[in-house]
Amino acid sequence: MLRFLVRRLALAVPTLILASMIIFALQQLLPGDVATALTGEERDPQVIAFIREKYHLDEPLPVRYAYWAGGVLRGDLGESIRLQKPVSELIVEKLPVTLELACLAMLVALAIGVPMGVLSAVKRGQAADTIANGIALWGLSVPNFWLGILLILLFSVELGWLPASGYVSPFESLSENLAAMVMPAFVLGNAIAAVMMRHTRAAMLGVLGSDYVRTARAKGVSPLRVTLRHALPNAAIPIITLGALEFGQLLSGAVLTEQVFSVPGFGKLMVDAVFNRDFATVQGVVICTAATYIALNLAADLLSAAVNPKLRRA
Amino acid sequence: MLRLAVCLLAGLIVSGPAAAQTLRYGMMEDPDALDPTLARTFASRMVFAALCDKLVDIGPDLKPVPQLATSWELSPDEKALTMHLRPGVLFHDGEKLDAAAAKYSIERHMKLPGSQRRSEIAPIDSVDVVDDLTFRINLKQPFAPLLAQFTDRAGMMVSPKAAERLGDKFASAPVCAGPYKFVERVPQDRIVVERFPDYWNKDAIQIQRIEFRPIPDATVRLTNLRAGQLDLLERLAPTDVAQVKRDAKLKLDSTTELGFQEILFNPHKAGSPVSDPKVRAAFEAAIDRNAINQVVYNGEFLAGNQWVNPKNPNYVAEYPIPKRDVAKAKALLAEAGKPNPQITLTVYANSESPQVGQVIQAMTKEAGFDVKIQAVDFTTALDAADKGNYEAQLYSWSGRSDPDGNTFSFLACKAALNYPKYCSPEADAALQAERGTIDPAKRKAAWKTLADHVLTDRPGIYILHRKLLWAYSQKISGFVPYPDGLVRFPGLKLN
Repeated sequence: MLRFLVRRLALAVPTLILASMIIFALQQLLPGDVATALTGEERDPQVIAFIREKYHLDEPLPVRYAYWAGGVLRGDLGESIRLQKPVSELIVEKLPVTLELACLAMLVALAIGVPMGVLSAVKRGQAADTIANGIALWGLSVPNFWLGILLILLFSVELGWLPASGYVSPFESLSENLAAMVMPAFVLGNAIAAVMMRHTRAAMLGVLGSDYVRTARAKGVSPLRVTLRHALPNAAIPIITLGALEFGQLLSGAVLTEQVFSVPGFGKLMVDAVFNRDFATVQGVVICTAATYIALNLAADLLSAAVNPKLRRA
Repeated sequence: MLRLAVCLLAGLIVSGPAAAQTLRYGMMEDPDALDPTLARTFASRMVFAALCDKLVDIGPDLKPVPQLATSWELSPDEKALTMHLRPGVLFHDGEKLDAAAAKYSIERHMKLPGSQRRSEIAPIDSVDVVDDLTFRINLKQPFAPLLAQFTDRAGMMVSPKAAERLGDKFASAPVCAGPYKFVERVPQDRIVVERFPDYWNKDAIQIQRIEFRPIPDATVRLTNLRAGQLDLLERLAPTDVAQVKRDAKLKLDSTTELGFQEILFNPHKAGSPVSDPKVRAAFEAAIDRNAINQVVYNGEFLAGNQWVNPKNPNYVAEYPIPKRDVAKAKALLAEAGKPNPQITLTVYANSESPQVGQVIQAMTKEAGFDVKIQAVDFTTALDAADKGNYEAQLYSWSGRSDPDGNTFSFLACKAALNYPKYCSPEADAALQAERGTIDPAKRKAAWKTLADHVLTDRPGIYILHRKLLWAYSQKISGFVPYPDGLVRFPGLKLN
């Protein structure tokens, strides 16, 4: 187990370096640089030259990468040129927001997706299965943006129950925080719930048809116990893997949902940074997201191993 | 599950709106650095309207009115401007605004590395302190737009003490002499300012706090206003005007912008049909500006054909908006020997520009043009313009109160924003003439000469002037729309 962990961790370092190089190079393909973006419509050539010199934008690509990587090694992710703030500060500011939104969305997805998947597998071919599949199809096809606006119109404009946007730190007021998060979490969770449901259903169907489930049934174990105690743990592995992947994606920011509900998370930070060619911010966020992705995958593997002892020897 | 969800929702029902004395202001973009010397966006100017007073302001009629300077006089040779400061003005840190502080602020705009103001006030040679409240600006040559520059960021005064202490980090805690002082900024979430109790005109300031909230999408911004999450929003989408008018809880106000939208050509693009002036003339003859306004903007904007809108006192009346004439366009193309020119039109990838492109595409097609639309983000478009890597581009300029700010940088030979690399000795002379004097008659003649050349040479075709639309809650009173698109907070009330 320990060797498994060490090997996976050792692999993470070159992955991160490679990811940072790729994203650094990709950004250079975008037309214009931060000096173009920053000077905007007024474009004083002297100012452009000043910004290019100050942030080493005129140096060759490898030199600029070295500047950046050197900073990272010293624990400095650089400065957002547009916002004039250290990137690490921006990440510390936005990460908790994104993390909370992702956790809540995941909660919504699990709470809806897994029971629905189990139900539709157990009631295969019956009305409940068809209804659950219908709901999943709806969840997958409804655009986040549209669903978000509809929810705001209903719960904020018509009923006045929930705030339409904004973010309040849970340390300031937990109830206001949750009130602001419930709609974005539902919108995000809704789409993932649909995927979860489909995967749970497929995994459960596979397990329910297997020999040991038939044996358990033959021994007279109650149907509920067979489903929850015998079948679900074995069906859980693909669900956990999928959950980790989806969660990782949530952490890289949910741009549209964040836009609709004005949640100041990673998505908005990243999109703004790309449009403004604020490369230090893009780099910082990508590295941070890549690291979380790797950590989550590792966590999913460990969790799978815990659920299914057979995997521990692999 | 459902019961649980209902319980959860019921438990989360929020208590009423935030404290009544906070104005929540929904803006289209997150401002850039809040330093009047370094800032460049329209969004940051909206925040500066609360934070930083200027030497001079403009009235709703565009005429200069006193703000931090109470009076000024220009020397007979127009090469020295003496300004008298309002007595008793304090910065937010308690420092006094005197002639030395004004000199410091202007010199900071002139000299701070990366200053976006430097080119705006380039003709300033030096600033002299005359007495405690009087200073004199010495110019290298007469410069008519100087006063207009002082109605914007170049006229904003910063506390020398704070500027010295913070250096190029001034934007993290700006200290000016406006009605509100800076409290906090959470990037992409909010900027909060609070009423400054020692403001020189404090009796006119009724609202305690302002929260500026960037919400880029116009629909979302409006939904937030309707939900009571915002009190005021700027740049309402023209297509949402009807919705606001129907809502009894909302009010609407508008003003025509100082800027313009134009189709910019690149006559120097090798092998491109737009290098032929006849093709450019045909392009103009093929478009109907009012139709673009009707189709894309519900008729809310204003069609135009010059660098200022037709209602502006500086509009050259001798050149009214030409009517669409497809036959003339076809004849011009035939004369040029290019009956079916192919042109790529670059537009910004937002919700409206591609639509403008499509209407232009359809209209010019009837004359024989084959227009391809290329939608790109703002920086990509700027980069293409900079490198001359475009054929035609739909371009917008936010506009300045003096027409010089809409012309000189775009049309003077080798000027910074002259993307078509337009250079006409006659137009250049006209631009130098309008800058060189404040005499209205001489300036008027210069605008006419400029129009004679620019509107026939067509480095670009001016098409529209946007309207700046505000929607706000009935609770707000005392709102006056200003043509620069900025809210004036004195006199504004929130009940």
